[in-house]
Amino acid sequence: MPDIERHIDFATAVLEATDQCMSDDKSVFIIGLGVTDPKGIFNTTIGLEAKYGSDRVMDMPVSENAMTGVMIGASLVGMRPILTHQRIDFMLLALDQVINNAAKWRYMFGGRQKVPIVIRVLVGRGWGQGAQHAQSLQSLFAHIPGLKVVMPTTPYDAKGLLISAIRDDNPVIYIDHRWLHNITGPVPEERFEVPIGKARIMREGKDLTIVAASYMSLEALRAAEVLEKYGIDAEVVDLRTLRPLDEDAIAGSVKKTGRLIAIDGSWKACSMTSEIVAIATEHAFDKLKAAPVRINYPEAPSPTTPALANLYYPKAIDIINPAFGMLGKPSKSEEEVGIVYRNPLDVPDRTFKGPF
Amino acid sequence: MSSEILKKILFTMVRIRLVQEKIAEKYPEQKMRCPVHLCIGQEAIGAGVCTAMDKDDYLFSNHRSHCHYLAKGGDLNAMIAEIYGKATGCAKGKGGSMHLVDVSANILGAVPIVGGVIPVALGAAFGTSLKKENKVTVVFFGDGASEEGVFYESLNFAALKKLPIVFVCENNFYSVYSPLSVRQPSGRDNVALARSFGIHSKKSDGNDAEGVYNAAKEAIEIARSGNGPSLLEFDTYRYREHCGPAYDDHLGYRAECEIKEWTAKCPIEIFRNKLLTDNAVGQNEIDFFVKETVLEIEKAFEFAENSPFPDSDELTKDVYA
Repeated sequence: MPDIERHIDFATAVLEATDQCMSDDKSVFIIGLGVTDPKGIFNTTIGLEAKYGSDRVMDMPVSENAMTGVMIGASLVGMRPILTHQRIDFMLLALDQVINNAAKWRYMFGGRQKVPIVIRVLVGRGWGQGAQHAQSLQSLFAHIPGLKVVMPTTPYDAKGLLISAIRDDNPVIYIDHRWLHNITGPVPEERFEVPIGKARIMREGKDLTIVAASYMSLEALRAAEVLEKYGIDAEVVDLRTLRPLDEDAIAGSVKKTGRLIAIDGSWKACSMTSEIVAIATEHAFDKLKAAPVRINYPEAPSPTTPALANLYYPKAIDIINPAFGMLGKPSKSEEEVGIVYRNPLDVPDRTFKGPF
Repeated sequence: MSSEILKKILFTMVRIRLVQEKIAEKYPEQKMRCPVHLCIGQEAIGAGVCTAMDKDDYLFSNHRSHCHYLAKGGDLNAMIAEIYGKATGCAKGKGGSMHLVDVSANILGAVPIVGGVIPVALGAAFGTSLKKENKVTVVFFGDGASEEGVFYESLNFAALKKLPIVFVCENNFYSVYSPLSVRQPSGRDNVALARSFGIHSKKSDGNDAEGVYNAAKEAIEIARSGNGPSLLEFDTYRYREHCGPAYDDHLGYRAECEIKEWTAKCPIEIFRNKLLTDNAVGQNEIDFFVKETVLEIEKAFEFAENSPFPDSDELTKDVYA
């Protein structure tokens, strides 16, 4: 990546990508509950209605399933809708339209039509979001042929992947994580695409591969920084796209390091970690020096109380100790490796004061 | 109504019936290896509604779509080839009878998830409305679909945005073998329901082709003039089994007197006799049309049978654009 002077946060990157795509292409419009409200989907849609009018920036009825079907139909006659839900949990109401229609319309009609829609959904976390506002359902959608699933981590990828998703002629599920919204990073002002289906090496290393996506990639980076102090050189692969998955990037890194920790902020069974480990064993079996390790959420819904939620989400130390284990070093405590929490564990940073 | 339109409706119905009967006749050969939902007995609705549509108007349908597809001008060869699973089929054999499509005739798709097509059709209407195109979208579904959540959600959004759509409910009283009495409270009234959303709505005899045409014409004009959606409900009856070529009256799920009553109300016989009595059509014209159409259908089946199956590399093609 070239040197980029300008730093903006993730939410602003999402807004800028949406704005630029709407400005470039009149068939792009955005709809969703709260898109035009004063909070503007956590500041990701603020100002769009004033700029593009209420025919292109719209609130909608609380009818997730029908409205998903409506976007499919609109796309069949030449529109390029962006449908947003403030939580991915709400999208479960639309599984029929997403899986039965959006994912299959092209194939089941012999490739006669295309369905260029983006469904942008947020994963919630912390501040007691609880069982129905903090689910991570990416592997559910990544299972389905006909869908593309992207999950950016950095503001740069947030913008570039959203532009790619809007320009793509297929249904793309764009999953962003509430805790990434305040993260800042270098982002060019001009339009650019981050290719769908390509992972990115966030940090190069030779001893161990850590594969993750979205907020868990940041935990992986934190872990890698600590591991470096103990002479362990970890490579962090940020998936960015979950379908189509960048098998070459995963296998290539594991071939190089011989060790794999796969992290998915979601439950273990049939998760992205299942897939990542399968790819490593299929394509890099003879290079593996240790059994791969998977890190996922406990097999329970997300609890509300901070006492339990703090145990629920994997932290850097939960990545560091398996890495030590793989390299024959003893486990250590957070104090021993020097991890100090300056913020309560149920918020991403000091600015986050709830309520959602 | 002009005799041209009357004749068009009659001949459309006759052609649809002949195609269906040919499918039923040849289905036991086991070469059509997909479910078929015949609409024999229900032809007046598709023929009446589609005759009232413009070529540019969009159509969406459900698992029982042969009638709508043919009435709207869908290609017959491509339809039969599709049911035979051939590469020349309208969906290259990947869809079958339940997934008919002909984009050139503005038939944008038929899907068998009950009610699943309703919001997609509404989306086409929404899209044309956003693009300020003067097109009307018609969607066909059955009584079962009116029990699905998306039906109510779609009525709500259609009314909210005054979208140019005509919802057509073909009520044949049964969802497979389940009668209305086990699925809906007695006295449930879809017309009243639609009107409570502020949607124009009418219920009429689905076996009266002229009545269907008139109701559709009115609804389409309302939509085209920017006055929003309509819900039309037509009572009708399927003569054969839910899925497949046979009669299934021996199963006893429909009362004998009910079957007799509806068999006596064959939409084609009624309409043909009316037009003959009114001298709107001559018997010789009908005979000539039937003769020509039988030949056309023979050729369509020959085309389908002689067409190749899709190549093996088609298996994973068309998943993504």
